[in-house]
Amino acid sequence: MNDSGKNKPITIALAGNPNAGKTTLFNALTGLKQKVANYPGVTVERKEGPWAVNGRAANLIDLPGLYSLDATSLDEHIASGVIRGDLADVPKPDAIVAVVDATNLERNLYLVMQMFEFGIPVVIALTMIDVFEKQKHQIDIEMLGVMLKTPVIAVNVKSGRGLEELASKVHEVLNTTPSIPHIFAEADEESGHNGKIFARYNFISKVVQESVWHSDQKQHRLSDKIDKILTHRFFGLIILVAVLLLVFQTIFSWASLPMDLLEQSFGAAADFVRAQMPPGILTDLVADGIIAGVGGVVVFLPQILLLFLFISLLEDSGYMARAAFLLDKLMSRVGLHGKAFLPLFSSFACAIPGIMATRTIESRRDRFATIMIAPFMSCSARLPVYTLMIATFFAGQTVLGYISVGALLMLAMYTLGIVVAVAAAFVLKRTVLKAAPPPFLMELPPYRLPNLRTVVQNMLTRAWLFLKRAGTVILAISIILWALMYFPRAQVPDSVPHETGVERVETANSETDAPPEGAQLRNSFAGKLGHAIEPVIEPLGFDWKIGVALIASFAAREVLVSTLSIIYNVGKDQNEESESLISAVRNAKKEDGQPAWTPLTALSLMVFFVLAMQCMSTLAVVRRETNSWSWPLFMLGYMTVLAYVGALITYQGGKILGLA
Amino acid sequence: MTLRDLPVGQDARVTSVNGNSVITRRLMEMGLIPGVAVQVIKAAPFGDPIEVRLRGYSLAMRKNEADAIEVVV
Repeated sequence: MNDSGKNKPITIALAGNPNAGKTTLFNALTGLKQKVANYPGVTVERKEGPWAVNGRAANLIDLPGLYSLDATSLDEHIASGVIRGDLADVPKPDAIVAVVDATNLERNLYLVMQMFEFGIPVVIALTMIDVFEKQKHQIDIEMLGVMLKTPVIAVNVKSGRGLEELASKVHEVLNTTPSIPHIFAEADEESGHNGKIFARYNFISKVVQESVWHSDQKQHRLSDKIDKILTHRFFGLIILVAVLLLVFQTIFSWASLPMDLLEQSFGAAADFVRAQMPPGILTDLVADGIIAGVGGVVVFLPQILLLFLFISLLEDSGYMARAAFLLDKLMSRVGLHGKAFLPLFSSFACAIPGIMATRTIESRRDRFATIMIAPFMSCSARLPVYTLMIATFFAGQTVLGYISVGALLMLAMYTLGIVVAVAAAFVLKRTVLKAAPPPFLMELPPYRLPNLRTVVQNMLTRAWLFLKRAGTVILAISIILWALMYFPRAQVPDSVPHETGVERVETANSETDAPPEGAQLRNSFAGKLGHAIEPVIEPLGFDWKIGVALIASFAAREVLVSTLSIIYNVGKDQNEESESLISAVRNAKKEDGQPAWTPLTALSLMVFFVLAMQCMSTLAVVRRETNSWSWPLFMLGYMTVLAYVGALITYQGGKILGLA
Repeated sequence: MTLRDLPVGQDARVTSVNGNSVITRRLMEMGLIPGVAVQVIKAAPFGDPIEVRLRGYSLAMRKNEADAIEVVV
């Protein structure tokens, strides 16, 4: 080997079944230096990291977990493309490390049989050997290697066993021609695919017969005992509901403290900037545009981190598969896959991590259908809006003497979201996303204690991905919205016109001579837009001021509350429970003196919020997860139409029924 | 009979896997080929899917997928 050959970085592919311990091994070999992206043009994830192989720098590619390389699914197609060196900027691997789960040997070896056909040297990393031996079975690793004509190294990430040996063995086989065991007879080649599958498994049976000794004891595996309860016809479902409620509640409550802290920090940062910099456009841009924009992104982090913590724990322990197993019948009735339940459920907290979690759904169409309906699960950002509307127009009212109307309305909004989601999934699966229902075929892996390091690493990787991708889009749109509300600058008035009603007298801000916020907003491009759309939203019961707030809230739903505060001159720092905002809304008047808001308007607004896509963060994430602009635009389009129609029916229907 | 009708807990052996679809290929690649020993462990609460044990691991599948697999006790 000449010098230049020694220094060229080598490429090694890491392949294996799902649940075989591949990710844990990958993390151990590459540390935190992984890079996650997508393969060009597709939504298959590309994970790579550096691995030192006997002093030589190697690029370790973590292929998606697969059961076969025969290219019937997108993942398999990409993986076999990578191994063949067909993919544009992915160099052909110099070796493959095959991760094989000792407790599941026969099926895991199937993939290895296919790897032999690529002509690249293979080294087998045998995982879970400690679990295997605990079940009183024995495996002759040397014999296994002899029969497979491939080096087999037992590895244990926790103890570090075998990791160095693995590296040296890989180094040894580089640039050698692999010798392949004789699997196929001529007849097998001719009988096509099925013949080859049979031949592979027959060969595997022979290998296993010679190298593995199964203890005679009928093993009542611990997993089976646990499953007797967790997948019990009755208790299984109850436990599932309890688990889901626990996750949901925890995300809500644990996340709120850090979220408040983050909001306060960003508020403080903005104040700091305003105090330190001279008043003017730049200061306002930094404080209200950039800092507020960045803050709007970062505030999602606690929920995203927590949700992915739970998802990792549930997946790695094996419970996720049981949940999909329990719910599949229900979900398939509406055309969804059993695995869609966690992403949809998580969307009640926030659709962003929910949509990111749809990665577990293999079928592209099922995955996209789930993504398209996730935002209908009323997320936590809608709560301030519901709360404000209920507190302003339905406070203290009860039905049947003690059930509060407010609580009923909340429940109604959540239910509306679910019903529309189910209907949308139904329609989508019959039209745009029509496809033969994919098989449910899903492994129920043995229960395992999740590897803490893997879980934390997964959590951090996903959060970073969110910040990077969604963050840039959200920041850009925040600045644009800021500009729409900031320009043109309103004139500072000398004398100020009074208006009837509770709107206070506007006075110029004597410190900075800047126009008061309400006047500024009304005269800005955003205000003009509000006026422009007034004819369109009037049938929904909204006037132009509500229109401005609606436009602003397309960035983020909770912005409605602060925008209304600004428009009604009650100051920027109001929230949905402040008395001054509530009375300002109750008393707000239209140009003709009529009340701007009635209970029916409030109801119509709530329905609009249930159905509308008002979260650019979500759109940004959908863009990333679908790798195209057309899907987020489609989502924006169809949800806006639904929201408009829903609010229209609510308001006009209410008027007809005399509820106005 | 097919895997769909195999009683829970009964040991059986696969005799053939019928059909030509993607699903059939998948089932075989997961190890369900003629000659392999199988057992149905349980069904999910609403009757579907079912959990099948083969080659030392557990596989969940819908009843209409299990229909393609012929077994003999």
